[in-house]
Amino acid sequence: MIKETILYQGAEAKICRSKYMNFDTVEKRRISKSYRIKNIDNRLISYRTKEEAKLIIEARNQGVSVPIIYDVDLKNGIITMEYLKGKRIKDILNNFDEDERARICRMIGENIAKLHNNNIIHGDITTSNMILMNDKIHFIDFGLGEINSEIEAKGVDLHVLMEAIESTHSRYSNCFNYVLEGYKNKLKDDAKSVIKKIEDIVKRGRYR
Amino acid sequence: MICLGIEGTAHSIGVGIVKNENNKCKVLSNLIKSYRPEQGGIHPREAANYHANHIADLIKESVEKTDINFKDVNLVSFSRGPGLGPCLRTTATAARALSLSIKKPIIGVNHCVAHLEIGRGTLSDCKDPVLLYTSGANTQVIAFAEGRYRVFGETLDIGIGNCLDKFGRAVGLDFPSGPKIEVLATKGKNYFELPYSIKGMDIAFSGLLTTAEQYYKNGEKLEDICFSIQETTFAALTEVTERAIAHTEKDEVLIGGGVAANKRLRDMVQIMAEERNASFFAPSKDLCIDNGAMIAWLGVLMHNSGIRMKVENSFIDQRFRTDMVDVTWRD
Repeated sequence: MIKETILYQGAEAKICRSKYMNFDTVEKRRISKSYRIKNIDNRLISYRTKEEAKLIIEARNQGVSVPIIYDVDLKNGIITMEYLKGKRIKDILNNFDEDERARICRMIGENIAKLHNNNIIHGDITTSNMILMNDKIHFIDFGLGEINSEIEAKGVDLHVLMEAIESTHSRYSNCFNYVLEGYKNKLKDDAKSVIKKIEDIVKRGRYR
Repeated sequence: MICLGIEGTAHSIGVGIVKNENNKCKVLSNLIKSYRPEQGGIHPREAANYHANHIADLIKESVEKTDINFKDVNLVSFSRGPGLGPCLRTTATAARALSLSIKKPIIGVNHCVAHLEIGRGTLSDCKDPVLLYTSGANTQVIAFAEGRYRVFGETLDIGIGNCLDKFGRAVGLDFPSGPKIEVLATKGKNYFELPYSIKGMDIAFSGLLTTAEQYYKNGEKLEDICFSIQETTFAALTEVTERAIAHTEKDEVLIGGGVAANKRLRDMVQIMAEERNASFFAPSKDLCIDNGAMIAWLGVLMHNSGIRMKVENSFIDQRFRTDMVDVTWRD
């Protein structure tokens, strides 16, 4: 038995390196919580595992790069998926020159538009949840995602990214404008209403 | 420095006197009286009348309970908001009158921030907590970040206490229903599935409330429904708190607000904290519920950091948000 390597541990799940057949994989394991009764614990873990796997597969069907899913274990709440040998956008975005940064950000925006065209809401679009591999943006962690056609949901989705860019890439805050350029290009509906919604959300002032 | 604080954001009117001892809060007295509606929920104007009828005696009693006199009070603090308008105005009027008559400065403070600061002020080792603040109207997860107390998660519709009270009213329990539901829940055994609504670190209860009322109409056992409500809502509250801890990378959890008196909620948050190797803090019950001592203590902190307020500017603010307060007393 190989010692398990935990790549990341969050509030809800941990990400471990693993092997599936001969592929390099990661396992997203949702953690059972002893503060809640078994009934709720089982229901949440299996429901969220299923929803996340469905969203990842739906995103792939729409031509957005995501990890390949090898296995879904609803009982134990484990998704086994491709280990992406790329770099997190968070770690590389600040090191690009301006043109490259703009190109990557437009690409991010285009891909978010592809998700939103199909009402896929990622729920946690941060630069930590995007991996650059083979010059493609791969989205990971759909754990807070949902299918939702409302403008509000799309606005909130982009607003999360805006905040992430402001906090983590504050010197390059024009990045978000490039993201919006790409988003406008690929969104089937008029992006204006979504962008207006982002402004509304900022004005609510509740969010940081 | 000795400060007298008056709390009156909702159904309770409280007067507390605290003393600053080496930057820790010593509570000298802390008296609370609560308006009880004859039926239904809180009527804001009736609650304000109740406060008006009791505040003068309460101030007098709170000083008599201590070794100090009015002349020893250095500062008068009051809850500026958020809360019910009529109640806030009555409280502020009492504070202004007291401030003018004893000729001591006045300061208005944020009620939600006071719930957090009383934990830091009275519990040793509680330094930089994530607060799960659960009361009738308020349900927020608050933590300090970049100079302010930020709301990392909160209810998108009604407060948890309000959810419990509304259910209570629908099934014929008196206000406040929380404690009665807690007792009934201990006798419940069967879990009925209820909506569990979390969006990121935010939370919603109204769907759950409707479903719970349906179960009751369908003749299910009240004890079982109460059990199911507690288990579901408290699990969701604990989960958003844990998410905020993971997000902010803090290792302390504090609970506050009236619903934090519920043992099951306390237990759940404590178990979560232990599993994460975080410290769990809970103030004594009279400092958990709405009280004057916490208002007094926040007044002390603000005054010491140089904040001053004139009587003519001592407005109330019904929608005074947690993150509107510039936290000048912390690094």
